[in-house]
Amino acid sequence: MATVAPLLHRAPDVKEIHVVWMTTGLGCDGDSVSITAASLPSIEDLVMGAIPGLPTVHVHNPVIAYENGDDFLKYWYQAAAGKLDPFVLVMEGSIPNEKIKKEGYWAALGTDSRTGQPITTNEWIDRLAPKALGIVCAGTCATYGGIHAMEGNPTGAMGLADYLGWNWRSKAGLPIVNVPGCPVQPDNMMETLLYLLYQVAGLAPMIPLDDQLRPKWLFGQTVHEGCDRGGYYEQGEFAKGYGSPECLVKLGCWGPVVNCNVTKRGWMDGIGGCPNVGGICIGCTMPGFPDKFMPFMDEPPGAAGSSAVSSIYGLVIRSLRSITHHTANKEPRWRHRRSELTTGYQPAHYGNG
Amino acid sequence: METATIPATDTTPKAANIVEMSWDPITRIVGSLGIFTKIDFTNRKVVECHSTSSIFRGYSIFMKNKDPRDAHFITSRICGICGDNHATCSVYAQNMAYGIKPPPIAEWIVNLGEAAEYMFDHNIFQDNLVGVDFCEKMVRETNPGVWEKAQKTEAPHANDHGYRTIADIMKSLNPFEGEFYRETLQVSRMTREMFCLMEGRHVHPSTLYPGGVGTVPSVQLFTDFLIRLMRYIEFMKKVVPLHDDLFDFFYEALPGYEQVGQRRILLGCWGSFQDPDVCDYDYKTMDRWGKAMYVTPGIVVDGELVTTNLVDINLGIRILLGSSYYEDWENQETFVSTDPLGNPVDKRHPWNQTTIPKPQKRNFGDKYTWVMSPRWYDKRTGDHLALDTGGGPIARLWATALAGLVDIGYVKATGNSVKIVLPKTAMKPEVEFEWKIPKWSNAIERDRARTYFQAYAAAAAMYFTERAMAELHAGRTKTFTPFKVPQEAIGCGFHEAVRGVLSHHMVIRGGKIANYHPYPPTPWNANPRDIYGTPGPYEDAVQNTPIFEENGPDKFKGIDIMRAVRSFDPCLPCGVHMYLGDGKILKQMHTPTAYAGLASVKSE
Repeated sequence: MATVAPLLHRAPDVKEIHVVWMTTGLGCDGDSVSITAASLPSIEDLVMGAIPGLPTVHVHNPVIAYENGDDFLKYWYQAAAGKLDPFVLVMEGSIPNEKIKKEGYWAALGTDSRTGQPITTNEWIDRLAPKALGIVCAGTCATYGGIHAMEGNPTGAMGLADYLGWNWRSKAGLPIVNVPGCPVQPDNMMETLLYLLYQVAGLAPMIPLDDQLRPKWLFGQTVHEGCDRGGYYEQGEFAKGYGSPECLVKLGCWGPVVNCNVTKRGWMDGIGGCPNVGGICIGCTMPGFPDKFMPFMDEPPGAAGSSAVSSIYGLVIRSLRSITHHTANKEPRWRHRRSELTTGYQPAHYGNG
Repeated sequence: METATIPATDTTPKAANIVEMSWDPITRIVGSLGIFTKIDFTNRKVVECHSTSSIFRGYSIFMKNKDPRDAHFITSRICGICGDNHATCSVYAQNMAYGIKPPPIAEWIVNLGEAAEYMFDHNIFQDNLVGVDFCEKMVRETNPGVWEKAQKTEAPHANDHGYRTIADIMKSLNPFEGEFYRETLQVSRMTREMFCLMEGRHVHPSTLYPGGVGTVPSVQLFTDFLIRLMRYIEFMKKVVPLHDDLFDFFYEALPGYEQVGQRRILLGCWGSFQDPDVCDYDYKTMDRWGKAMYVTPGIVVDGELVTTNLVDINLGIRILLGSSYYEDWENQETFVSTDPLGNPVDKRHPWNQTTIPKPQKRNFGDKYTWVMSPRWYDKRTGDHLALDTGGGPIARLWATALAGLVDIGYVKATGNSVKIVLPKTAMKPEVEFEWKIPKWSNAIERDRARTYFQAYAAAAAMYFTERAMAELHAGRTKTFTPFKVPQEAIGCGFHEAVRGVLSHHMVIRGGKIANYHPYPPTPWNANPRDIYGTPGPYEDAVQNTPIFEENGPDKFKGIDIMRAVRSFDPCLPCGVHMYLGDGKILKQMHTPTAYAGLASVKSE
């Protein structure tokens, strides 16, 4: 007896949904480019309705849109007027502080037809946030500020939760959803959007987020916990130069204290990543990025002690393992071409002895 | 100043029916771009053009006093589609400053990563972003007459690409629904996997370092790359003839189309792909190792190769103000007065630039952009040339062809063309393509060169794979040269970002970054009028672009302007604004909203 009804002919609670994707924070559009790399699901899967039970999705992202100019921006004006309902706002890029100067703009999208001046990104956020069903921040700039918010920056940049408030809730009661990464890992972003589609379709409970507003299933583990070089750490084998297959902790890898699944998931379809393929983890998913991880190529201050302990413990483990390893590399004795059977089976009718 | 085109007002016989139109933002590019135009519908021409940006981040400011080894991690974040080009260029500049040379296999790995980036980026831009301007849906809306003709025109290379008519090609380019559109999107993922094999992650790489790479060379690494490369090469045997058919058709269907996006031939290329046998990153030998690059650096003026010497190229760079939101740095510190060869370095050179932002209201009569105006000082004439990159490939192929230096079996520069040989693949025989120097620097030829350069990058990657595997088989697998950061040093890196010239200039003092100025391609292309009044390349190329679109002002899409702008492969939060000089504005309107968007395509 099925306790969950099949989705075969079930209409989603929300039939159509728009995704209004702002790329005009202080960013690089790397998160938009990233979603074109995703395959699980791909952008085509969402837009063309390849997954059953979900609403029809209309994505309005400047990097891939067919339309131009006002024809494109009409979705922004409609959304601000409450006429594009429901919509999810995706924010990309850090939010500059427009209040710290007398005039001009740090970041803008479109032109105000009355003044002839650019419409600032802050202004758009103020207009759109109250109308949005939910807000997803794509990448570390929008989530926590990232590179453009580093010490000494001239724009006063910050993450969206710093701008709207960490306790902000959408009109539907959703907190901001943060998907950090510089850029965002392609499938992490698309999978989060997919989860939210399930949620608005009435097929999934409230998205589980941690206290930094990250999806728990993506950011619950550290880079180190998923790293295929973790075994080297355990055995106290640390790379002394780049290009070595051993653990990179002593060369600047922050993996043991960084929440990210890249070492488990790879970058694209399991290919690439960071410490698993020879790139030190610079903490690019973290609220403290980049300042707390710089200089990137120095050993993290906390790593010296723990790697020293691991070096001693690892030496013991390594020598014990080498004995077993040696044994494991030898075939059992009974595989031979002599004229006797030594497997332990006692033949009764072979007729030769 | 002879670099400006003829002022637009001189070519506007009567200012009748001039309409102000705006497109803000321009989509299907990377970054925010707006276009404000005044179009003369009587003379069917764009009248004048100014260029502006809408975002300021301040890299040169927040990089001061940081550890120089952080530079490539930070500067990668400048660009979300070619960040790796920045990381690579920064590593080149750091190698020079630290006085080190990576082991050869590390250089081959970087060359393979960068080749994969060109293969990916040109591919997705050409066929998922630019291609939409040539798709059935767009052509039907803008030029029904051209669509009629396309249906009746057999594609000359139908046997190579499988599309019988030009209309069939256009249909295949429709967003999401077109077969070729979806195929290229999928290919753009495979090439990014190739990239990730070499540089770890796309678009901000994880495995690049000064002194080498963290990538572990193995049989599996190069096998995984090579097998995908062969699939891409087979794909290119279809893609090059497909685009030749499509672009040739536009010349045929719309006589005069060569004027769209046309400007004086003023092309810059800073060279790409180091040869580890020659390159030692010493500034004093830069001319020699620059000429050994597998894409030759060069400056082409009116079809003539002015120089291929990276030292000349370096010393000629000038950053001008005029219409940008910055204070001048004339009274600020001079960081580098002479280069390591003893040549004087100008105050307006990136080594000596100090960035002082001054946010203010946008005023098209005065300051209207965050982009500065990079120029190249031509000492022969005293001109500050507004070089463009043509989106990258046209300048790379042009400079390489004229220099005649590259000859690696798969690619040969002949002096007036570039020959590209793609080996036999599973379903197709060996093919040779030849890119010939075109008559014009215009929208169609920028787009065509992009396709040929995809083939060039693939062919070069064949060579790099063979060289890398030879190192692997010989057991030379060390990928990193250790170094110490000096207390005082300078460095510069020259590279080709996907869409054109890229330079990074760094000054180190007390072991920290004292000055750092990256110059990517889009500032070269998207800049405003400089202090001398010379317009930037977009401004220049768009003004005087004739209008072939069949729609009148009421349903005008601006497709010819879009094709002109997108041919430069814009990639930076930036903008193009155009306005009429002396003409009287009769009517003002925003763009019509007749486009059925992606969303409505899906709900139909």
